[in-house]
Amino acid sequence: MSEIVVETRDLSVHFGGVSAVNNVNFALRERELRCLIGPNGAGKSTFFKSMTGQLRGADASGRVLIRGEEVTGWPTYRIMRLGVGVKTQVPSIMNGLTIEDNLWLSASRTNPQEADAAVEQIIAEFAMQSIARRQVSELAHGQRQLVEIGMVLASRPWLVLLDEPAAGVTGHEMERLVSIIRKINRDAALIVVDHDMHFVRMLEAQITVFNQGSILVEGDPDQVLNDPRVREVYLGNRTQ
Amino acid sequence: MTSSGFGVGRIRWNWFTAFAVILLLLPLVSETNTPTLLAIWALFALSLGLMWGYAGILSFGHAAYFGLGAYTYAIASFNIGESTIAILLAILIPMLFGAIIGAMMFYGRISDVYLGVITLVVTLILNRFMNATAGDAYRIGNARLGGFNGIPAFPILNVPGDPDAQIYGTSYYYVVIACLFGSYLLARLILGSAFGRALIGIRENELRMELLGYNVQGLKTAIFTICGGIAGLAGALFANWAEIVTPSVFSLGQSAEVIIWVIVGGVGTLIGPMVGAVLLGTLKILLGMQTSIDNSLVLGAILILVVLLIPRGFAPAFVAWRRRLAQLQAYRRHARGTSRRRLHVKEVER
Repeated sequence: MSEIVVETRDLSVHFGGVSAVNNVNFALRERELRCLIGPNGAGKSTFFKSMTGQLRGADASGRVLIRGEEVTGWPTYRIMRLGVGVKTQVPSIMNGLTIEDNLWLSASRTNPQEADAAVEQIIAEFAMQSIARRQVSELAHGQRQLVEIGMVLASRPWLVLLDEPAAGVTGHEMERLVSIIRKINRDAALIVVDHDMHFVRMLEAQITVFNQGSILVEGDPDQVLNDPRVREVYLGNRTQ
Repeated sequence: MTSSGFGVGRIRWNWFTAFAVILLLLPLVSETNTPTLLAIWALFALSLGLMWGYAGILSFGHAAYFGLGAYTYAIASFNIGESTIAILLAILIPMLFGAIIGAMMFYGRISDVYLGVITLVVTLILNRFMNATAGDAYRIGNARLGGFNGIPAFPILNVPGDPDAQIYGTSYYYVVIACLFGSYLLARLILGSAFGRALIGIRENELRMELLGYNVQGLKTAIFTICGGIAGLAGALFANWAEIVTPSVFSLGQSAEVIIWVIVGGVGTLIGPMVGAVLLGTLKILLGMQTSIDNSLVLGAILILVVLLIPRGFAPAFVAWRRRLAQLQAYRRHARGTSRRRLHVKEVER
C-alpha cells in the first residue's frame, strides 16, 4: 500500500454557530486522484481551505497531516512549500501580468535556476506560445483557468488541489483539461472538487461525496453514483 | 530571462546619463539651494513610489520615516559632533521603526484602508509628541527636542572622519544628487531581482502569491523597511538643508504632499514620483512667494485635474504619448512608401 500524503483527523470548522466541516476523516495516498463532490454548501471548499491553512480566524479543530507532518495552524505559504499546489475556485492569478510572468513567479520560487525552462515547457505544453506575452486580464475564462493550472504545475508539486477546474470550461477545453489532470497525476496526488458530473466521470477517479460538512460516501464512480443516499441528497437526475 | 519583464522596463542608460550630466552641470547656471531641496523631495517621493507603485502598499503616514530620519540625524549629530554615524543612524532608525510597524501590520493581516489609517495615526502621534517636548526634561543626551521650536544648530554634514570639513552649498547639492541616483539604482536593482518581482506579484494578487509559497508578510515587511530607510535618508538630508528640525516634518501636510507628488507623477513608475515631486515642489516654492492664492488649494486643484485628465500620471502619459508618436511616424513612412510604389508602377505602365 502506498504512502498517505494527506490526511485529516476529526477535522471540524465552524463559522459562528454554523458547522461547515464536521469531524472529517480523510486520507489520500501517493499519486491517487480523488474527486470531491457534493451539493452547494456541503463544505467541500471549506474542507479544501482548512487543509491549506487559508481559514484564519475560523473556529477549527482536528488535525491535518501532510506526509505525516502535522501542519495544523501553519501559515498557507509554509504548507505550500512542502510541495503543495492549489487552484482556487475563482481563478486567482496576477491579472496585470503576462502569462509568462505569472508562470515565472511560480517556477522561480521552487527552482530559480530552471524557471525559464519550466515556463517555456508549460507554455509549449498548453499551446499558449501565441498569447504568452498577453496580460491574463485579456484572456477568456477557460484560458485563465489553464494559466492557473499552469502556475500550479510550474511549481512541480507532489500534491495538487484543484477547486472547480472545469467551471466555465468548454467541451474541447474540458478534454484537454482531463488529459492535463491525468498527466499531473503521473507524478502527483490530486484532489479535484467539481460539480460537473460529466467531468468527474471523465476523470474515472475515486469519489468522496460531501454532505452537510461530513463525508457521506466514498468509493469508485459506479458505486458512488448508484448509491441511493447520494441520489437523494445530491445527484437527482444528474447521473443521466 | 523568459518573463516579459513584469512591466518594469529596462533602464535607459542614455536618458540616465543625460539627466546625470544635466544635474552635474546645473550649478554652473543656477543656484543650488532650491535644486537641492527639490532633489530631497524627489528622493522622498521615490521611497513612497517604490513601495506603493510596485508592492501596492500605500502609507498615508510616510512622513513618519522622513521625520524620524530628520530627528535622528539632528539628535545623533548633536551628541556625536559629526555627521557620518548620524547619517547611518538616520537610515537605520527609520528602517527599524518601519520593520516593527510593518511586521505588526502585515503579520496582523492589516491591509488597504486600515493600513493607511494606522500609518497616518502613527505620524500624527509622532507629530503631537514632538510638539509636546518643549520642556527641559525632553532631551536625548545633549540634544533638547525643543517642542514646537524643534532642534536648531546641530552639526551639518561633514567629510567622513573630518568634522571640520563641512559640506554645504554646491558640494552638498552633489551629495544629495548622488543619494538620489544611488537610491534610484537601488530601486532598479530591487525591481530587477526575484524579490522585486515577488513584490509585483503581491501587488497583483496576494492570495495567489501565498498559494505559490511566498512569505507575503515577510516580503511586505522587507520593502516597507527599505522604503522607510530611503525616506529616513531624505529626512536627514532635509535636516541638513534646513539646518533645523521641527515637528512639521511629521505633519499631515507632509504625508499628503508626497502622496500627491506620486499620483501626479505616476504610480507604478520610479521616474514619475520624482518628476511629480520636482514639478509640484517647484510650484509650491513659486506659490510660496505670493499671498493671494492658497498653496494647498492649488495643489488640490492640480490633483483633481490630473486624476480626471491623466489618471495614470505624467510619466506614463508621456511614455504613451511617445509611443503613439512613434506609431504615427511609422504609419506615415509606410503611407509615403506605398504612394511612391504606386507612382512607380504607373510610370512603368506608361
